[in-house]
Amino acid sequence: MAKIEKSPWLLHYDGSSCNGCDIEVLACTTPVYDVERFGVINTGNPMHADIFLVTGGINSQNAEVVKQIYNQMPNPKVVLAVGTCACTGGIFKECYNILGGVDTVIPVDIYVPGCAARPESIIDGVVQAVALYKEKQKTWKKEEKTEKGA
Amino acid sequence: MTDLQIRILVAVCYVVLAPFIAGLLDGFDRKISARMQGRKGPSIFQPFYDIKKLFGKQFLSAYRLQLVLVLTYMILVVMTGVLFYAGLDLLLCFFSLSTAVMFLILASSATHSPFSSQGTHREMMQMMAYEPMVLLTAVGFYLACDTFSVNEIIKSDIPAICYLPGFFVGFVFILTIKFRKSPFDLSTSHHAHQEVVKGVTTEMVGKEYAMTTITEWYEVVFLLGVVGLFFITSNPWSILWTVAAILAVYFLEILIDNVSARVKWQLMLKLAWSVTIIAGGLNLFILTLINR
Repeated sequence: MAKIEKSPWLLHYDGSSCNGCDIEVLACTTPVYDVERFGVINTGNPMHADIFLVTGGINSQNAEVVKQIYNQMPNPKVVLAVGTCACTGGIFKECYNILGGVDTVIPVDIYVPGCAARPESIIDGVVQAVALYKEKQKTWKKEEKTEKGA
Repeated sequence: MTDLQIRILVAVCYVVLAPFIAGLLDGFDRKISARMQGRKGPSIFQPFYDIKKLFGKQFLSAYRLQLVLVLTYMILVVMTGVLFYAGLDLLLCFFSLSTAVMFLILASSATHSPFSSQGTHREMMQMMAYEPMVLLTAVGFYLACDTFSVNEIIKSDIPAICYLPGFFVGFVFILTIKFRKSPFDLSTSHHAHQEVVKGVTTEMVGKEYAMTTITEWYEVVFLLGVVGLFFITSNPWSILWTVAAILAVYFLEILIDNVSARVKWQLMLKLAWSVTIIAGGLNLFILTLINR
């Protein structure tokens, strides 16, 4: 993490899940895993977030909420789907109200599988999201420059 | 160097160095807090990485005027510090700081976001809680040193704390509110996952939030300067124990932050005013009697 972006702020949203993955996300902030040592902050504010971490599947009620939160986040931003439900819909996939994984409503950049996803794999996903954030920042800056030029 | 040149130099040093000093203090704060909670904690330079990142974000403001208000807030806080470190009137500094906070209140209420509005209300409550003690502190310095001028106060032979222990206790108490530390981090806190999200700073995006943070750093250095004013004397060696006292007070604030839970505004108001009346008022009473 030394040379890549050092200040990833997460926004954690729990979709339609059993809450297993949420507990694991919270476990990441405890003394055992301590993600804050990488500068990670679990912020509750989309306006301040860089990484949108979603656990659980998307249902017809939370689809709009997820879209709204995603749109409130300033660029550059990375979306991280944590857990099988967030990736594909998982065990709830066939339910009448489930649309599927997070990618049914917003573009997902990184998928972290697992039921529930282990804290180690969540941290690994965040580290990859941070690397991708750096890439996205470059392309976003270029795009903004061309927009201003035009 | 003449007296005026030194004063200008100190004020310029404040403008240039204050964000770095307060940023490092903030970094130490996060490290010490993490250690107190049994965690490793981020690098002490983490606050600077955060600021750098925030300046690189898209500016997605719901209300463009907010940026102007935040900028005014910043300029007024820097001006407050400059007035203080240039050795001018202490009372003027406190009035200037109150005006600056009014601009923060305007900036946060400009967007009509429910969390921001709630934070604004609480910020005003906080102001109501700490402002009497702030003004009383200026009065205390006047009674102890016969002047409001910072430049004259630092030339006294006996540190002001000898006359103003009650005022010092009261001032350190309200510092917890000013530093946005638990139990009084009502309007906004360092952790956004609270009931009003990020309170007054909820709608401040990217560079706006970075500017608010830097302004708060300027404010921290000014307020710690006021803490130092209780200890400093005409003796050049007094700088040593002044710095030690400032660091001790800052550590105390970190400790309070880590061992207490947030209170409701009613209790904050009661506590802050009680401490103001008991510690500050009693000290004021005794000081008035002695001066007679």
